[in-house]
Amino acid sequence: MTHIVQFENVGLRYGTGAETLSDLSFSLAAGGFYFLTGPSGAGKTSLLKLLYLSQRPSRGLIRLFGEDMVTMRRDRLPRYRRRIGVVFQDFRLVPHLSAFDNVALPLRLAGADDKAVDHPVNEMLAWVGLGDRASARPATLSGGEQQRVAIARAVISRPDILVADEPTGNVDPEMAARLLRLFDALNQLGTTIVVATHDLHLLSRISGAQIMRLEAGRISDPTGSLRHPPMRTTAAQ
Amino acid sequence: MDLSLKPPPADARLLPEGRLAGPMPWVIAIMMFLTVLAAAAGLSLSAAARSLDADLSGRLTVQIVEADAARRAAQVTAVRASLARLAAVDTVREVPAKDVRALLDPWLGEDGLDDDLPVPALIDISMKRVAPGDIEMITETIRSVAPSARVDQHAQWLEPLANLLSSLKLLAIMLVGLMAGATAAVVVLTSRAALNSHRPTIEVMHLLGASDVQIARLFQRRIALDALFGGTIGLTLACLTMLVLGSRMSAIGSDMLGSMAMGISGWLIILLLPALGTALAMGVARTTVLGALRQIL
Repeated sequence: MTHIVQFENVGLRYGTGAETLSDLSFSLAAGGFYFLTGPSGAGKTSLLKLLYLSQRPSRGLIRLFGEDMVTMRRDRLPRYRRRIGVVFQDFRLVPHLSAFDNVALPLRLAGADDKAVDHPVNEMLAWVGLGDRASARPATLSGGEQQRVAIARAVISRPDILVADEPTGNVDPEMAARLLRLFDALNQLGTTIVVATHDLHLLSRISGAQIMRLEAGRISDPTGSLRHPPMRTTAAQ
Repeated sequence: MDLSLKPPPADARLLPEGRLAGPMPWVIAIMMFLTVLAAAAGLSLSAAARSLDADLSGRLTVQIVEADAARRAAQVTAVRASLARLAAVDTVREVPAKDVRALLDPWLGEDGLDDDLPVPALIDISMKRVAPGDIEMITETIRSVAPSARVDQHAQWLEPLANLLSSLKLLAIMLVGLMAGATAAVVVLTSRAALNSHRPTIEVMHLLGASDVQIARLFQRRIALDALFGGTIGLTLACLTMLVLGSRMSAIGSDMLGSMAMGISGWLIILLLPALGTALAMGVARTTVLGALRQIL
């Protein structure tokens, strides 16, 4: 089994305060589907920041795609960020760009020209139910619509890892189910999915998904399935 | 470094403000106006100094100070003959007696100059070129046939003026340098302000995998276009000012002022200044933005 994410004794501290994340050691299999749960303030968003390379840890080792991200030169990081799709909790849509241009942004940053962008972006907007809102600015979209644009932007470039922070928090149950199907379809194509959520109903929707529970900055992993090195590997040795 | 000023359409949309949104183009216009005037002054003074040097550096005046008119005339003849044999000397011309008397008129008056009053004979010499040692050789040659002769170099008389021109030229160069520094400072401040106002967009682009260079390119293009616009306005106004000043100087009819014309190379340098200013603004914006981006992961 290939591990696309490996954390070893990772700790994260903001400034001089107490550690927000402590002693995280786990690995995520390539093509796996993971739910990250835990109470508010447990450190879910901080863990996701480490995953989508917005933050370096205060200690420990993080390997993504087999590369050490802690010591990697910062000018090499963008090419790895392009392999990670992110749905931010606050969406972070670019306010002066249309829904179309927001979704097209990752493709354009990767160097795609307008011709290569049109079809996939329109298709993706149609999939999330916003085919008729392509030219709308974020300020004119509802919270749920903004969230769907954010999801479309995260998945448009078929990332190797998709990290989503409460991706269904602002949509109705029907749309939540539809978005989960999108994530599942992406997962079937090989993308590793990490979804942070409070919504316990979501957890049963994806068969085979693993649950990572974070409490007070530490991973609760009673089954050992997330242990790094993984139990099976350790047992085989 | 990408020097293209025309961004791809998608890049153009990433920064929302239109052109000339802030004060920078107008500040650059003022800076460019002053820079062009300072550079034009420097180039004109340089031309005047060169002209002065060309006019005076190879010219000498010899005074034959001899009370006896016959011996004075003999020494003039001897000096002219000996100078004619020197390769460094181009022309030797005795100043006519009436011209010498005209020079003395303001001090002695027409009645003060009678024929018995001994007046030095003057000989103007112009040299083909001034090589080291030529002036000394000419002086020795003259003294060998007219021991009491005085040799005056024209360049020495106008040395204070030449020094003043050099100082003014240096001042103009310093002013151009200061303007360039001030322009760079304005660009740094503008870049930082733009970075701050667009920080949310930049952070999103950064997290979606934009490289520092991609982000810096957006700003450097925007600032370069503003600088080019401001520079062109400043250059136009400065050229109009120079044309007006030039016509006023021509009306005075002074040889010295007339020698301050810049020439084609000077005008080419002046016309290049907005492009140089744009390149400077582009480089400074890029460096500033890249430096600021290094502060985030």
